[in-house]
Amino acid sequence: MLLKRKSMPLLLERTSSILNIERRLFMKQTLSLGALAMLTGCGAPTDETVTDRILSAMSRWNDGAQAALFDPNKLAPVYTEADIQDPFPFNAFYGEDEVTVVPEAGYKLELTGMIAKKESWSLDQLRALPQASQITRHICVEGWSAIGKWGGPPLGDFLRLVGADLSAKYVGFKCADQYFSSIDMATALHPQTLIGLTFRDKPLPPKFGFPMKIRVPTKLGFKNPKHIMEMYVTNDYPGGYWEDQGYNWFSGS
Amino acid sequence: MDHPGSARRIYIHALSVRIFHWLNAVAMVMMIMSGWRIYNASPLYDWISFPNYLTIGGWLGGALQWHFAAMWLFVINLLVYLLIGVFSGHFRNSMLPVTPGGVVGDLGKALRGKLPHDIGVYNSVQKISYIGVLLLMVLIFVSGLCVWKPVQFQSIAALMGGYEGARIVHFICMSLICAFIVMHLVLVAIVPSTFIPMITGWAKTKKGTGHVA
Repeated sequence: MLLKRKSMPLLLERTSSILNIERRLFMKQTLSLGALAMLTGCGAPTDETVTDRILSAMSRWNDGAQAALFDPNKLAPVYTEADIQDPFPFNAFYGEDEVTVVPEAGYKLELTGMIAKKESWSLDQLRALPQASQITRHICVEGWSAIGKWGGPPLGDFLRLVGADLSAKYVGFKCADQYFSSIDMATALHPQTLIGLTFRDKPLPPKFGFPMKIRVPTKLGFKNPKHIMEMYVTNDYPGGYWEDQGYNWFSGS
Repeated sequence: MDHPGSARRIYIHALSVRIFHWLNAVAMVMMIMSGWRIYNASPLYDWISFPNYLTIGGWLGGALQWHFAAMWLFVINLLVYLLIGVFSGHFRNSMLPVTPGGVVGDLGKALRGKLPHDIGVYNSVQKISYIGVLLLMVLIFVSGLCVWKPVQFQSIAALMGGYEGARIVHFICMSLICAFIVMHLVLVAIVPSTFIPMITGWAKTKKGTGHVA
């Protein structure tokens, strides 16, 4: 590994475990679980699981509803330099003193999956592409929001450049801090979705995702993964670190 | 022909009203209890947070799942009720007209304990309360939409001051709806004979008085 880790990420304690289950098996399992509940006279733990499964099914329904609401041409509101929040908040599934530091020397973004040109990309190569920048509001799933400025090549331009299959459903990201996430292709091609190389016109500091992050102003903060080592295009639902624990997958703004 | 003093039954709540009422009660409880858990993840106001035992979902992710599942029940039920209310004449006949003078007069009587509960007829305080809470439900939906989708619905969100403004509007609507629920439950406790008609549709009266038996 090229990266130096200060410590292993702490898994946040969860008060409820929501199982990530195969979509295809979902109905089958629900039915057999319902049958089991009836046979056994139905105990409380079984009921709870059924509730969880109904909620998971609703969350997937909401993925579809949000995809339908998503307008690929509607831009997130943009703000001025004066609106940028300083200091900008740090947030991750671990503390700020445990931030993963990825050295620039030797860093290469790996491309896998349904992409024609799979050569990996150095930071300098990414910096040589046409860059865009934006001052937009980052909205956390917790409710708070903060305005920041990110710059880098638009992800859609990059996907076209490397010959990604744009008809595929998902673009997934694997990160140096064991985080992972994925977004729908329509959002990946949105003009404001960036490969984030800079924050406030300077290279991303480690705490905001050096060497690169994905900046998606049309999605919640946890859908903006940091420290990205690998990007892939797929039709198989890739899930994500928080998504697998119950956060809604689409989580669009 | 009824004998003097005998009880009479009057049909006062249409089936559509009763179905809306109870589905809405269930949806509201789920929305508010999950909403409090979501609020706790990042409180708008330092001095307000909700005890976790009054919330559902277990954690932020679970509460969000409850909130966005119950949302459909709340919104569809409300929409159907509003459409029926407009086209059946329920709003026109039961909630209108309502005048400031009537509200002040009835409120004065109510506070002195002298407002009779005329069966099947809403007094001015009831009318303005029901109209108000329905408007709040519409506004909590619209502000919620702006918190959920501040980019897609940015033109509506802008009317509330954007995403952060919509959060505040959503919170204020919740607070006012909670105040309505508390008043509503207190009044049902004071006049418990109003409870059964919201289930069966039928109320009993004493002949001649027009008041609840």
